[in-house]
Amino acid sequence: MTVPVVRLANVSRVFEGSPPVVALNEANLEINQGDYLAIVGPSGSGKSTLLHLLGLLDRASSGVYYLDGIDTADLSERDRAGLRAHRIGFVFQSFHLLGHRTAVENVMLADVYRRDGQRRRRERAVASLERVGLGHRIDAFPTTLSGGERQRVAVARALTGEPSLLLADEPTGNLDSVTSEQILDLFDHLHQGGLTVAVITHDLDVSERAERHVRIQDGQLTQPIESAAARGSSGGGPGGGRSVVPR
Amino acid sequence: MSEENSEENDTEENDTEADKIAVPASVQRSVFSWRDLLSESAAALTAKPTRTLLTALGTILGVAALVTTIGLAKTAGNQIVSRFDELEATRVLVRPVDRQQGQNNVEVSVIPFDADDRLTRLNGVVAAGTKSDVPIEGLARSVPVVDPLGQNEFQIPVIAASPGLFPAVRATLETGRVFDIGHDERADNVAVLGPGAARRLNVSRVDNSPAIFVGTETFAIIGILADVEREPDLLNAIIIPNGHARERLGLGAPAEVHIETEIGAAELIGSQAALALAPDNPELLRVSVPPSPRGVRTSVESDVNALFLILGAVSLLVGAIGIANVTLVSVLERTGEIGLRRALGATRSHIASQFLFESAALGALAGLLGSSLGILTIVAVSATRQWTPVLDPWLPVAAPPLGALIGLLAGTYPAWKAAATEPITALRGGT
Repeated sequence: MTVPVVRLANVSRVFEGSPPVVALNEANLEINQGDYLAIVGPSGSGKSTLLHLLGLLDRASSGVYYLDGIDTADLSERDRAGLRAHRIGFVFQSFHLLGHRTAVENVMLADVYRRDGQRRRRERAVASLERVGLGHRIDAFPTTLSGGERQRVAVARALTGEPSLLLADEPTGNLDSVTSEQILDLFDHLHQGGLTVAVITHDLDVSERAERHVRIQDGQLTQPIESAAARGSSGGGPGGGRSVVPR
Repeated sequence: MSEENSEENDTEENDTEADKIAVPASVQRSVFSWRDLLSESAAALTAKPTRTLLTALGTILGVAALVTTIGLAKTAGNQIVSRFDELEATRVLVRPVDRQQGQNNVEVSVIPFDADDRLTRLNGVVAAGTKSDVPIEGLARSVPVVDPLGQNEFQIPVIAASPGLFPAVRATLETGRVFDIGHDERADNVAVLGPGAARRLNVSRVDNSPAIFVGTETFAIIGILADVEREPDLLNAIIIPNGHARERLGLGAPAEVHIETEIGAAELIGSQAALALAPDNPELLRVSVPPSPRGVRTSVESDVNALFLILGAVSLLVGAIGIANVTLVSVLERTGEIGLRRALGATRSHIASQFLFESAALGALAGLLGSSLGILTIVAVSATRQWTPVLDPWLPVAAPPLGALIGLLAGTYPAWKAAATEPITALRGGT
C-alpha cells in the first residue's frame, strides 16, 4: 500500500492573543496519490490557514502532519524549505510572476532552490511550459500574456520539480469564466496524468471539477464520505450555511 | 501578527548533528548556489537600471569625492615638492649671524675668500660661491658721451662674487664668459653683466671689448648673463670678481655663501658648511637649509585632506542612507517575490543573503563608478593646472571594496526586514 501524500492527524492551529483564535480545530485529512481534492469554504473559514499548513508555510500548534510519510513537525526551517522546494508546487490566485523575466525564466526560478535543479534548467522549464500548452510563448514577458496564460506559466513553474502535491489557492480568482474553464481543464488533464491536486476555493464551479471535497467552516474540517454522495446532498456542516455543490 | 510564524525562527539554523539524524533520508534540503546568488542579484539590479543608478548615485558621488580629494592632495603635494626638488632642495645659504648681536664691534667676517675651495671639497657640494654687495660711489655708464636726449647713467648695484657663484646660482650666459680664478687672483677690473643691467647700459655684445664706468672705476665687460635660477638680484647687477672688490673697493669679507648641493645632500651640507668655512667659530655663521620635502608633502596633504575627507565621508554616509532607503522600499515592493521565493523553497537566510548581496554589489558598482569619476576629475583638474596627476595605486583598487562594504552595511536592515517577511502575508498581498 502506498503512503498517502498528505496525512493530517488532529491538526490544530491556534493564533495567540486575547482571546486566542482557533483557526483550525482538530483537523483530520488524508490525500492519496492521484487524488483531486477541493477544499471549500467561505472566506474567514480557516481555509487559508489549512493551505499554509499543507504548504509548510506555517506550523501546526498541535497534531501531526505527514507529507509523503515524513513527519514535518520536528523539521528545521531549512528542511521544511527543502520539502517545499522538492515536494510541493504552489499556484496562487495572483500568479506571482516576476515582471522583468520571460515566461521560461519565471519557470526556471523554481529550480533555483532545488538540489537537483542545478543542471538543464531551461530544458526542464521549456518542457514544463509545453506541458501546460505554452510552448509557443516561452520568451514572452508576463505583461504581454493574458491572465489565463500567466496562470499557466505559474502552473508550469509549480510542475517543474515533479511535486508530490500541487497546491492551488483560488487559482481562478483573478480570471474570467472562460479562462477559468481553461485552467480547470488543465488541472483535469494534469490529474489524469497522475498528479495529486489540492485546490482551495470558495468558487463552486472550481470545486465541482474535483473528485473529492472537504468543507471547512469556522475551523472545522468536515468531509463527505463519498464525493458522489455529496453531489446530491446539501451538505450542512456544524455552522450550517452554504451548500458545497448546488444543482 | 508576527507570532503567526514565530516558532519557525527557533529552528531555522539548528543544523546540529542531532537534527540531521532525526531527519529522514528522503528530506532534501533547499539550496541556493553562488551562481544563482550572482545571477538573481544581477537580474534584480538590471531590472530597473535607472533606479539602480539613482540609488547608487549618493555613494558614487561620495566615493568620487574621496578619490578626488586624496588624489588631488597627492597631486598638488607632489607638484609643490617637485618644484622644491628642482631648486630649493639643493640650496644651502650661509650668512654671518646678525652683527648687532656680536659683543665687539670689530667687523671680523668669518667667511673666508677661499670659501669656494673649502666647500667644493665637501662630498655632496656641486658648486659654491660667495656673493657680496659692494658699496660704490657714483652711477654706472657705458660710454663717456653725454647724450642730452636719453638717460645714460644709472644706479646699478655692483656685486662682488667668486667664480663659483655662477654655477651655484645656475647662471646661464647670453654671450661671452664669466670670470675665473685668474681674474679673481689678479684683481682684474672685469665685470659680468646681468641681462637687465646690460640692457640699460646698452651693452649687447662683448667681442668688441666694451667697457663701463662705475664712479671712478672702469670695467671691461667679458660676459652677459642670460638668466639665473636663484638670486634674481644678479639679473640687474654688475658682477665683479672678489679680488678686485677686495683690493680696490675695500670689501672686507664675503657677505654670504651660496651652495648648490646634490639632491638629498642639503641637510648634510647644512650641518658641515659652517665648520668648513669657519672651523674656529662656526657659531658665528647661520646656515639655511631647505625644509625637508617630506614635511612639506605631509603638511600640504593634511591641510587639503582634513576638510575634504570629512566632506567625502559625509557624502558616503548620505549615499549609504540612500541605498538603505531605496533597498527598504524595494523590499516592501518585492514582498510578493519574497513570499514566492519562500514558497519555492528559499529559507530566511537565502532571502537575506540575496538582498545583502544585491546591496553590496550595488555598493561595489558605485565604488567602481565613483572612483572612475574621481580619477577623471583628478586628470581634468591636473590638465587645467598643468600638473602631473599622481595617484596611489591602492586608491582605485580600494574604492569598489569600500563601496561594497557601504552597500553591505546599508543593506543589513533591509535584508533583515526581507528575511522577516512572513510568506503568508507576502503571498496574500499579490503583485
